[in-house]
Amino acid sequence: MTAVELAGITKRFPGVVANHDIHLSVRKGTVHALVGENGAGKSTLMKILYGMQKPDEGTIAVDGERVSFSSPADAIVRGIGMVHQHFMLADNLTVLENVVLGSEKLHGIGAKARRKIKELSERYGLDVKPDLLVEELGVAARQRVEILKVLYRGARTLILDEPTAVLVPQEVDALFANLRELRSEGLSVIFISHKLGEVLSVADEITVIRRGTTVGTAVPAETTPRQLAEMMVGSELPTPETAGSTVTDRPVVSVEKLRLAAPGGKALLDDISFTIHEGEILGIAGVEGNGQTELVDALIGLRPPDSGTIRLADEEITAWPTRRRREQGIGYIPEDRHRHGLLLEAPLWENRILGHVTEKPLAKGVWLDPKAAQEDTRRIVTKYDVRTPGIDVTAASLSGGNQQKLIVGREMSHKPRFLIAAHPTRGVDVGAQAAIWDHIREARREGLAVLLISADLDELIGLSDTLRVIYNGKLVADADPATITPEELGSAMTGAATGHLAHEETPETSQADAPESPEDEAR
Amino acid sequence: MKKFDRERVLLAVAGPVIALAVAFALSAIVLLASGKSPVEPYALMFEQLSFSDIQVLIINQASMYYIAALAVAIGFRMNLFNIGVDGQYQLGAMLAAVVGAHVALPAGLQVPLLILTAVLTGAFWAGIAGVLKVTRGVSEVVATIMLNAIATSVIAYLWLPNVFGVKVGNNNTTGEMHESGWIPGIGMGAAGEIYGLVLLAVLLGIGYWIVLNRTRFGFDLRASGASQSAAAASGVDPKRMVLSAMLISGGIAGLAGLPILLGDTHTYSLNFPTGIGFLGIGIALLGRNSPVGIAFAALLWAWLDKASPELDFHGYDKEIAVIMQGLIVLSVVVSYEAVREWGLRRQQRRVGAELAAGHVLGNTDTTKEVAGR
Repeated sequence: MTAVELAGITKRFPGVVANHDIHLSVRKGTVHALVGENGAGKSTLMKILYGMQKPDEGTIAVDGERVSFSSPADAIVRGIGMVHQHFMLADNLTVLENVVLGSEKLHGIGAKARRKIKELSERYGLDVKPDLLVEELGVAARQRVEILKVLYRGARTLILDEPTAVLVPQEVDALFANLRELRSEGLSVIFISHKLGEVLSVADEITVIRRGTTVGTAVPAETTPRQLAEMMVGSELPTPETAGSTVTDRPVVSVEKLRLAAPGGKALLDDISFTIHEGEILGIAGVEGNGQTELVDALIGLRPPDSGTIRLADEEITAWPTRRRREQGIGYIPEDRHRHGLLLEAPLWENRILGHVTEKPLAKGVWLDPKAAQEDTRRIVTKYDVRTPGIDVTAASLSGGNQQKLIVGREMSHKPRFLIAAHPTRGVDVGAQAAIWDHIREARREGLAVLLISADLDELIGLSDTLRVIYNGKLVADADPATITPEELGSAMTGAATGHLAHEETPETSQADAPESPEDEAR
Repeated sequence: MKKFDRERVLLAVAGPVIALAVAFALSAIVLLASGKSPVEPYALMFEQLSFSDIQVLIINQASMYYIAALAVAIGFRMNLFNIGVDGQYQLGAMLAAVVGAHVALPAGLQVPLLILTAVLTGAFWAGIAGVLKVTRGVSEVVATIMLNAIATSVIAYLWLPNVFGVKVGNNNTTGEMHESGWIPGIGMGAAGEIYGLVLLAVLLGIGYWIVLNRTRFGFDLRASGASQSAAAASGVDPKRMVLSAMLISGGIAGLAGLPILLGDTHTYSLNFPTGIGFLGIGIALLGRNSPVGIAFAALLWAWLDKASPELDFHGYDKEIAVIMQGLIVLSVVVSYEAVREWGLRRQQRRVGAELAAGHVLGNTDTTKEVAGR
């Protein structure tokens, strides 16, 4: 019995086809994983299923009946609920209030609603307390509230969009236990992820999506992570491998004992020390939210560290303001390009100026030089293959990949000595990804030092000369990218391993096993 | 590329035109509802435009509106709401009047001194709000509103006879300014005189455009307004930018009362125009913070002010002009946001269409993006 069946779904956006002839069939009482790279089209597909967008072609059937959704409300009526990656809860309301908000008609807002919440919480082991304020809850508890919210509205099929991105490993295990609970009660779960280990451990069935279309299904018991990865990336995947080492012994950036604490006193970065040499790419692996953002902020000067030093070549730059750092050769590809990298409603050529307003050829003295800026923007557009009809259009009208190429081009244009690259190819199509890798590699040959942060383990392993693992604000392990596998790195990211990660020379060991006893070679 | 330029002009004009049309229509409804002709008041007011003395009044009034609106617009461009322009210009004008009455230098020095006094006073008053914001996180909206109230009291204090005040009958004044600080008007014969400082308003408008669009500082300021986070990542010190913007906004605000002070009244009295700072907010909104747009908006506002008294002679209430000003501000806010979103979506669609058609800037190879994301 299928709970949800999508057939032949196609969705076009201006200039791109986001989804093309997608087939997805979710059986009742199963956890169905939808996997694919960032930007493969998973989110668009789920928005279609949840009624946030209408497909251009194709059909949706729920419980064998053809349906057409024009809003999420329609989807909820049909028993489809969505738990968004970014929680949609009001902090200053209680759990009860958040749950009933917008669904007051179901069970009222008083004792009846509270009883219902308690009942759901117990039945599915969600451990949700209705009278706590949401602001008092941790991330995992908020997620359970979101799940309960969806169940409260009568959902029989739950869509979870990258639910583990914000969780620490123990919380992930707890979440999976909840999902199994839901499954045993006959509910269906669509689990969106790009983390293969998780998918294999929790899913009953897997559908792989690549470049906007479904390329196949798999059963976890008969599939290895490698096979799944190959399905995900296809044969045309450009390998991020760097040819030959260009690492020198001239340090460009040295960070020593960097510490940064949250207002409450919890250390977000603790005792971070590393050195990046000319021509070296240092990769930082870690589950999102383990201090990567804070590390980048400290390096670019957005957040002053509480203690520790940062040196650029021979100069200590710990106290330098952001502008001086950028002028002195720190390039910055931000994690969130919309918040930190672009002025969305400004034309491309003004975005070319952003971050380099004091530098040539964009300014002469205190004056801007719009002509030169426009000229240079055209150069970047051509050299970095930014697909745009002109340089006067707003940054918002470009696709994410093209926005990213513009940013990469901009940062590379000032010959940085040190590049901070946070998720440089996130949401970028495969072609652009290869181009961005090429540009980074080329600059590395010319002596650029790079700090690479990425959720894409293949990218990390392929590009980096040195790998470090960040966990809970600490650099807990290091590894040699020449020998390490994504699986080994992945398990270190959960904090299961510390010290130097040596590759186990028995390739046939079960993938589920984490390398239990890494050699404790403290470095 | 031409196409996008034409598009931008279209979008820039569409917002105000829609807003004005809606405001006129709504005012007509108000007139209808009160049982009066919805057309005649407009005809009367338009007729006023043809009288040269009214034209001079409009231009003189508009010059002050223009300066006040520029002061507000500078703040708007970086997402700061300086509601305190009202207090800043009144205090600036008052201190300029006091200095003008007590210092007698040759005109070549006196006028710059008075202008400097007004600028510094306005900047100081706005700067208080700026300092409070960057050091204590106090919202500039609240701080400037409070400072308006304080400015009123400070002015009342300065008017005391034992401070700087001079009683003329029932009126509080600051005494007559020395003639070297008077700025001669541009004679228009029987129609009256255009204030000499109308030129200052024009120069400020040009300066505003140049600083915002052609200097590094202007870019940083606009970047901060467009995206605080992106500006910070680009190296703008947000605190310094808040303080600079408040000081500049206040400095310009300080000048808003000078055209009439140096050109006509030569003293700061109870009759001195009030409320220009608040009107400047609506004018800056209508003019979309652009120096040309604000000029049109200021003239429109001044016309409504100066043409409406005529209505009283024909059995209409001149308050219809005030109702209209209010309706314009309301419809402006709605229509601009609608036009902005519409324009953004439209451009996204067009860019997509152009790309799909293969019109890519500087594209040499012919590969097209097929199924992307």
